[in-house]
Amino acid sequence: MTVGLEHYLVVGACLFAIGLYLALAKRNAIGILMGIELMLNAVNLTLVAFSRFIVAPRPIDGQVFAVFVITVAAAEAAVALALVMAIYRHRQTIDMNRINLLRW
Amino acid sequence: MNEPGVVAAFWVLTVTAVGSALMVAAVRNLLHAVLFLVLSFVGVAGLYITLSADFVAMVQVLVYAGAIAVLMLFAIMLTPRAARDNGDGIFWAPALVLAGLVATTISLIATRTEWAVSDRGPFAQTASAIGEALLDPFVLPFEIASVVLVAAMIGAIVIVRED
Repeated sequence: MTVGLEHYLVVGACLFAIGLYLALAKRNAIGILMGIELMLNAVNLTLVAFSRFIVAPRPIDGQVFAVFVITVAAAEAAVALALVMAIYRHRQTIDMNRINLLRW
Repeated sequence: MNEPGVVAAFWVLTVTAVGSALMVAAVRNLLHAVLFLVLSFVGVAGLYITLSADFVAMVQVLVYAGAIAVLMLFAIMLTPRAARDNGDGIFWAPALVLAGLVATTISLIATRTEWAVSDRGPFAQTASAIGEALLDPFVLPFEIASVVLVAAMIGAIVIVRED
């Protein structure tokens, strides 16, 4: 039994699909944010797996890219949670079905 | 990678990461969902270690399992009256179908493609190599990333400030 690139790619696909389901189906804004973080995590896993297995002139580039993705994910989480706090202060809810100010 | 230890670690970590990600979608309490999310992040960090990406694994534990999870717990604690409910909205059925389609499509493509797999083996050490790559070919993205972080921090403070 050997573990290769395809194993990691399939694990990344499963994590991405679970994150996609969370981001589309959850009512709570923080639940949606958790789905987005899971999707970014899955993409990071595939990037690191490619950097370990694929023929490339500088194979470390995949890991550098993963570090950049983690940076942007941290910034995105900070801004999104600040938005959640601001919405809660004005509307007393973070239920996405009840935040419909822009719906006609 | 066919050492029995690495193969066993891969399967245990895969079950941990994917299983706790499924639990994030299944549990009703949002606080429990965040704790399962931390477990999933730690499982992915272990998968990084099996890929000999030690630096990315440490950053994953520090930033995801540490900082982002604490931020989410803070956000849940500070929104008390919005029920700690992790329920599904009206679009759960199409979301489930779409997620299944995405998973099967990516898995089929990943298993059917002939990847140019190299036999160079695991990385010796990644932290110094990543540091040199960040300061030589990637120095401009590196500086832009710091500007992005500062902008996000100032933006978050301005958004939540009471006035």
